[in-house]
Amino acid sequence: MPSRLGYEKVAMSTAAAVAKLMGFREDRVEDLKTAVAEACINAMEHGNRLNEGLSVGVVLSAGQHALEVKVIDDGKGLKELPPKPDMDRKMHGEEDPRGMGMFLIQALVDEAEWVAGANGKSSYVRLVIRLDAEAE
Amino acid sequence: MQSETKAHMEKLTSPAGHPVTVLRFEGDIASTSKDAVLGTYQALPKATVRSVLLDFSKVDYINSSGIALVIQMLIEASNSDQKVYAFGLSPHFTKVFTMVGITKYAGLFATQAEALAAL
Repeated sequence: MPSRLGYEKVAMSTAAAVAKLMGFREDRVEDLKTAVAEACINAMEHGNRLNEGLSVGVVLSAGQHALEVKVIDDGKGLKELPPKPDMDRKMHGEEDPRGMGMFLIQALVDEAEWVAGANGKSSYVRLVIRLDAEAE
Repeated sequence: MQSETKAHMEKLTSPAGHPVTVLRFEGDIASTSKDAVLGTYQALPKATVRSVLLDFSKVDYINSSGIALVIQMLIEASNSDQKVYAFGLSPHFTKVFTMVGITKYAGLFATQAEALAAL
């Protein structure tokens, strides 16, 4: 995908279609949609700095019990995960109202892993939702 | 690619007789929605509008940038002593709003009737 905001919906819809075919419940499909959209937005904004000449790659791997989504950009990757957003601090102007994407990703999928690419490129986030979490 | 955000304002009265300003949104709520979300809210007269009810029933997609716009609105409303409520969010986005803590500063309701009955 180009690093253009809005195109995350293409990845989101495709991932949702695969998850539905795999038999995920509707609420889990919705969780995945938000997680994939936020991962793509982060890749476009922070990884590729909205340079439309750079692409964001999305790889869906459907296994027997889980769906893995890798979202790949040309950034250097994260040095550390940001702290959990604090709504009270946001309301008091002590924290940027933005910055909830990674929190949502971590909260909505079963696994989320950020991997910095070698030579400062091809960093990716890897998301997993599992079918065995359906019974929870 | 993103669907344009439309917003329009409507004035209602709650069953208890309180004036309520309803902001109805349609389309996506994302980074491109600043004018529709914050602009529409900021055009309301702060001196007279005390209760703002957000209608998300025709919104399909909200991302973290869109949530940030809602939070900016809540900050401005809090500074102006206004109360903000919302209805019409899908179960998923009700969960997301709850997860990020918005429910502490804006009451969420399933329907407009439920929201108005509580005001």
